[in-house]
This record gives sequence, structure tokens and C-alpha cells, in this order.
Amino acid sequence: MLNVILAEDSVLLREGLIGLMQRFGHTVSAAVGSAPELLAAARHGRPSLVITDVRMPPGFTDDGLRAALTLREEHPDLPVLVLSQYVVQTYAADLLSSGTGRAVGYLLKDRIGDVTDFADAIVEVAGGGTVVDPEVIRQLFARRRDPLQRLTSRERDVLALMAQGRSNAAIARALVVSEAAVSKHVGSIFTKLDLPTVDTDHRRVLAVLAYLRER
Amino acid sequence: MTVGNAWQAVMQRPLRFLRSSWPWRALAYLLSGVLLGAVTIGIVLTIGLLVLPLTLVLGGVFVARVERWRLRLVDLDPLPDPHSPPARSGRLSRLRAWLGEAATWRELGYMMISMLALWWIDLLVLGFSAGIPLIVFWEGLHAQGANRWLGTAAGPILLLVAAYPATAWAGARAALTRAVLAPRDTELGRQVVELTRSRKRLADAFEVERRRIERDLHDGAQQRLVALNMTLGLARLDAPPGSPVAARLEEAHSQAKQVLAELRELIRGVHPQILTDRGLAAAIDEIAARSPVPVDVDIVLPGRLSPAAETTAYFVVSEALTNVARHSGAARARVHGRTGADQLIVEVRDDGRGGAQATDGSGLSGLTDRVAAAGGKLILSSPPGGPTLVRVELPC
Repeated sequence: MLNVILAEDSVLLREGLIGLMQRFGHTVSAAVGSAPELLAAARHGRPSLVITDVRMPPGFTDDGLRAALTLREEHPDLPVLVLSQYVVQTYAADLLSSGTGRAVGYLLKDRIGDVTDFADAIVEVAGGGTVVDPEVIRQLFARRRDPLQRLTSRERDVLALMAQGRSNAAIARALVVSEAAVSKHVGSIFTKLDLPTVDTDHRRVLAVLAYLRER
Repeated sequence: MTVGNAWQAVMQRPLRFLRSSWPWRALAYLLSGVLLGAVTIGIVLTIGLLVLPLTLVLGGVFVARVERWRLRLVDLDPLPDPHSPPARSGRLSRLRAWLGEAATWRELGYMMISMLALWWIDLLVLGFSAGIPLIVFWEGLHAQGANRWLGTAAGPILLLVAAYPATAWAGARAALTRAVLAPRDTELGRQVVELTRSRKRLADAFEVERRRIERDLHDGAQQRLVALNMTLGLARLDAPPGSPVAARLEEAHSQAKQVLAELRELIRGVHPQILTDRGLAAAIDEIAARSPVPVDVDIVLPGRLSPAAETTAYFVVSEALTNVARHSGAARARVHGRTGADQLIVEVRDDGRGGAQATDGSGLSGLTDRVAAAGGKLILSSPPGGPTLVRVELPC
């Protein structure tokens, strides 16, 4: 039962998202169509989650993202989910390094069609987790010179899901294995890639993404 | 005596004459004469100084036209008109345009030479070539004895011989005509510049149209498809699991997702949004990220470039990388882009099997037109066995 502030300039999409939100039992306390309006609404309201498109009026470049980052500076813990038309690695990086580094999400608009996953992502981000679109991860994987050959293919799958921000339980569900198996894989990955040990899930995402971003 | 004219008036006694109206009449008469004279001289001079030269100039142009047309009798290569069409229609603007062109004065000069010399020489040559044989033949007909045979035989022979000097002179005259009346390179150049400019205008018009299509697709159809996807997804939640409805909805949902993906590809092929929003470097990063073959991108640009340069370079790289993925069998590709001296230079290299050709109908051949319309150059180097290089140079 979240209190969401939504920023999307396309009326059709905005209405659709409001409907989706309500279907999953959340409230949309404000639905705006421009970046300045978003800043005003988020500052005055007390949202549990801000969802915004990257591209918003008046500039139609990355105004929505800039507004989200500004809000994160003012409230480093404010959960923000950013929707994007196409993958831009720097957007994801900027988000992940904003505020406390947790409670952020970066998804392609394509994902909205998978309503259950989208609803899960909303809850995840609002609860302090991190969600990164699989396409972002796929491109990071593709860019690497060494195709992570030290990892088994199963470990690569786990790595990809970890980078998306999924918890061990979610990874276990996605790969249809036990959580214990996932833990084992995660441990093996961290050892093989020589990643620093981390305590929380979101730090895990950051560590993995940081590793993947290295050329 | 009654005074009927000025002379009779002068004959009168001085007092009578001076007091009468006649001196005043005479004055009026002389003044009007001076005025009339001035006006007449003015008109004649105007006609002489303005109209006559204008007539000569116009004459020159029209005579030259006729000369160019009749040149075809002895010179099969047609001579184009060196005059450019005027910016505005109408006789006055045409006249003004002609007066400003060098070609008109050349034609005037040609007409003068023709009038004074060439036509006379034509007449002379014709006279000698045709006349002498005819005279000889005629004399031969009226002569007696041996002269008769000599004359009537020599006539036709001389006519045949005369074909040579006549044709030679015609050729010389034609060569002179061509030399004087042909369009100079600058005149041709003007036409070429016009052609290039109109081509660029056409290319720009196409680009504007393409962007409009992309915007309409993006703002309209794409938004609706995303909303449709959402609706179908929500509907699936409410359908009883395992029912025929659920199965149908799943089908519908997957079809809708496919349509959305295809529409996105279509929009990317028309004009990708990332190119408009974030520029060439970001857009090339995106193509490289999506390429199945690993691509190293090394692009350094001083901010945004002209839309024509960015769009053309983008589509060249996109086509080149598509070819790399489909035909080259390469392990790696590299995109390198820099600006320098008002030019953007982008190169796509791959270590594949080479042998790429810009044959008609291939993607690369379609690009050459686009690159040319943007005022640039496209260079392909793809020896069999590789490596392949596609290089585009664009003014920016």
C-alpha cells in the first residue's frame, strides 16, 4: 500500500500507470506531466515512491532524471524508480551513486507490459532495494573483453540476476533452484571475481555493477 | 494692309509693329520651337542610346539562338544555352538577367562579326563553290566544239571538288560559333550549383519528413502499444488461471509485445530518438551495445553537430555494423570518429572476411546517395580476406 507520485508526460501512459498502481492496491497522490511539477509535488507531499520518465518537459532530454537526482540530494533515502525509452549506462550509474545508493530503480518502459514484475519492482524499490533493467546488464556483459570465462554459465546467470538487484530468493525462483544453491553460486562468483564482501543486497548490486562496468 | 503673317507684320511701321501682338506671337512660336526641338532630340537620343543598343542586345540573343539551332546541321553535338533561367518570370526580369550575363555580350559580339564578315564570307564561299561550276557548265552549254565538252564535263566535276572547300569553311564557321556561343564553365557551374542546392533542399525536406514520421509514431502508435501491453498484462491477472481466456490473453500479450518491439525497430530505422536527444556519440554507443559482434567505440566530438551530419553518420555506422554482424564473420569491430577542419570523419573497421561490395540495391549503395546529398564522401575498402573499412567524411 504505497503512496506514489508519478511523473509522465504522455497522458495515455500516465493513466495506464495510475490504473496499474491502483490495481495493485497503491495510491497515486499526484500525477504530473513536467519536471518542475514533479519537484513541487514531491517536495510538498510525502511519497513512499517517486516514479518518473527520464524524458520530460520542458527540455525533453533528461529533465525527469535530473529532477529525480535533485530530489535524492534533498532526501537521500527517497525511493525513486526511473523509466527510460532506451538504455543509457550513465543514467543508471548516476542513479546508483545518488543519495544513499539504495532504493533506486532504472527500468526500460518495455518492462511495464510485464505487470507482475513491474509491481514487484515497485515494491522492491520502495522497500529500499535496487532494481536494474536486464538490458542494462546484458549490455555490460557484452562490452567486456573477457567473457567472464572463469564463471560457469549457471554462475553467469546468477551474476546477471544479482546485477538486476534481485534477492537470493528471487534468483532462486527465476532459475528454479533452491536458495541454498543460489547462495553457493553467489559465494563462488564473489571468490572467482575477487569482489569485496558485502553485507546487504543493495551493496551487492553496486559491487557487481562496479565490477561489470570496468573494461 | 491686313497682316496675315509675321513677315507682313515686320513690314509695318515700327511703332505699329512693336505695339502689336506679333512680336509676342513670334516669341511664343520660337520658344515652342526650341521646346519641341529639345523634346525631339531627347526622344531621338533616347531611342538611339537606349533602344537601339537594347535592340542590338536582344537581336544578339535571338540570332545566337538561331545560330545554335542551325549549327546542328554541321555539328551533331548540340550546343546548350549558356543563359541561366532568371529568378523571376516576366519579360522585364528576363531582359535584366540577360544584360547582366557575359554570354549576352559574347553573342552580341558574335552577331557583329557575323554581320560584318562571316555572312559575307559564307556568301563568297557559296558563290565560288556553286557559282563557278555553274558558270563553267553554262558557258560550256553555249560554247562550240571542244569547249562544249570541256565545259559540260568540267562543271559537275568542279561542283564535286567544290564540296571540299565549302565543307571546310562550314566546319571552320561551326567551330568558331561553338567557341563563342558555348557556355563557359562558370555558366555551367551555376547550373551545377543550382542542382546541388536543390538536391540538398530535397535531402533536407526528406529529413524533416522522416523526423515528423518518427515523432508521430513515437507519440502516437508507440504510446498506445505500451498502454495496450499494460492493459493486457492487467487483464491476464484477472483471468482465471488455466482457462481458455487466460490462454488467449497470453497469446495476445505476446503478440502485442512483438508489435511493440518491431515498432521500436522501425522507429530506430527512421530516426532514433537517442540520436535527437543525446547526439551522435551516444547513439553510436547504443548501436555498438546492441551489436552481437563486440564493438570498440572511440568517438571524440566537440558537442552536437549539424543534424544532417549526425543523421547521415549514424545511418552509415548502423548499416556498416549490420553488415559486420551479418556477413563479415568478424570477431571484433571498431568505430572511430573525430572532427577536424569542419569535417566529421567516422570509420568502421572489422577483422572479418572482407569482400563487401557496394552493389546496386545493397545497403551501402543506398547510403552513397544520402552521403552525397549531405555533401560528403563514402569510401569502402574491402579486399577479399579482409579487413574491411567503411569511411565517411561529412561537412559539419
